[in-house]
Amino acid sequence: MKIGVLALQGDFAEHISMLKRIGVETAEVRLPKHLDGLDGLIIPGGESTTIGKLAVAYDLIEPLKQFGKSHAIWGTCAGAIFLSKDARSNQPLLGLMDIKVQRNAFGRQVDSFETDLEIDELMKATGTEHPYHAIFIRAPLIESVHGSAKILSALDDGRIVAAQEGHLLATSFHPELTSDPRFHEYFISLAS
Amino acid sequence: METKTGTWIEKKGLAQMLKGGVIMDVVNAEQAKIAEDAGACAVMALERVPADIRADGGVARMSDPDMILKIIDAVSIPVMAKCRIGHFVEAQILEAIGVDYIDESEVLTPADEEHHILKHNFKVPFVCGCRNIGEALRRIGEGAAMIRTKGEAGTGDVVEAVRHARTVIGAIRQLQTMGDEELMTFAKNNGAPYELVKEVKQTGRMPVVNFAAGGVATPADAALMMQLGVDGVFVGSGIFKSGDPARRAAAIVKAVTHYQDATILAEVSKNLGEAMVGRNVSQMPEGEKLAGRGW
Repeated sequence: MKIGVLALQGDFAEHISMLKRIGVETAEVRLPKHLDGLDGLIIPGGESTTIGKLAVAYDLIEPLKQFGKSHAIWGTCAGAIFLSKDARSNQPLLGLMDIKVQRNAFGRQVDSFETDLEIDELMKATGTEHPYHAIFIRAPLIESVHGSAKILSALDDGRIVAAQEGHLLATSFHPELTSDPRFHEYFISLAS
Repeated sequence: METKTGTWIEKKGLAQMLKGGVIMDVVNAEQAKIAEDAGACAVMALERVPADIRADGGVARMSDPDMILKIIDAVSIPVMAKCRIGHFVEAQILEAIGVDYIDESEVLTPADEEHHILKHNFKVPFVCGCRNIGEALRRIGEGAAMIRTKGEAGTGDVVEAVRHARTVIGAIRQLQTMGDEELMTFAKNNGAPYELVKEVKQTGRMPVVNFAAGGVATPADAALMMQLGVDGVFVGSGIFKSGDPARRAAAIVKAVTHYQDATILAEVSKNLGEAMVGRNVSQMPEGEKLAGRGW
């Protein structure tokens, strides 16, 4: 099992250290050739406009779309925006997941927050019962899911913060900033 | 469910999202758009870039909130703004208008020559400059959630940025080889909080994200700082004081991502037009240097 982390910009090193902790081989992806031999890919948090522009500049858009047809991809925060079909803004997107997202949906940095989420799918898959502590930073919201995409987690008020479409995963929050490996383990199960 | 805002994890976390990126100084909404389009991961809103602050002299203060708000409206990326060292009311104002990060900066004229702002009192995160590990850990002790090595702002001369990055990273390496019984003396000699010294020895890195600043003018300068081991770069006067800001900005963004790939660095370094006119720091009178501000 070898998982790549898109390393154009953002907190890719945090994802890599979490993957290493759970015994997964990793690789940094900056160019199309770096996708060879990977079983899955994580698109980290960062600035989605920066990541999108660099992906265009180094001809990564098409290879990433192709990769996502047959391999697991997980986007956290900026990565979730990049995976979506619609981000209501004029920026490069992969359009792999049939979800509509809204950037900076919770306000500015002073409004960024931490909270506990009950995520049934995750707790079932990892055989655990305690809630998942989620960290949101200038986070996007998943406004709606369409087609075969389904809701994985929502806040108490119903706003969607995690979605899954087959082997594709999107979270508004940052599991890589916690010490809880369950989301990474769950993603590995999708990549297997 | 209970939600918490303004926590240490939130403050540190935004800086983690900026890693591998370039934060650019901009003086108006138009420049902010150019920076965003070039791939900046954040912008620093200020009335004058450091090269102009140097040229103009006088007292440099926090920028007009209206000008900062126009930049906030113009871009979707995080917006930072500077307050004077120790000027906690300027910081309160910047927090009130919704900036994403405050730079308590030596580039502005200090308001307090003994104390920095107690940054733990704020919900908004702060970045501060440092020349060495003691200064870095004192700022983190006060609540800075991100650090930048100071360099010498507004010169286009990277020599001080290199000196400060090497000094900080060298000290981290030195700590790795020290015995636990040596740490209190290290803390004393460097004027650094003991608990943070212990943490740096244990983890082998700074407790928060560390960018380079002050003198980066070319893609090669930016990649040099990345190879020395910083997490990202600030570019102040280097972009909008150059001949072709949009092109140079995009090239520096690419250089920070591909900092280990000399073929790509060569490609992005081509035909960038005039770099900013530099000022040689080694020939600069001590009194003109900004990096010595900070206590």
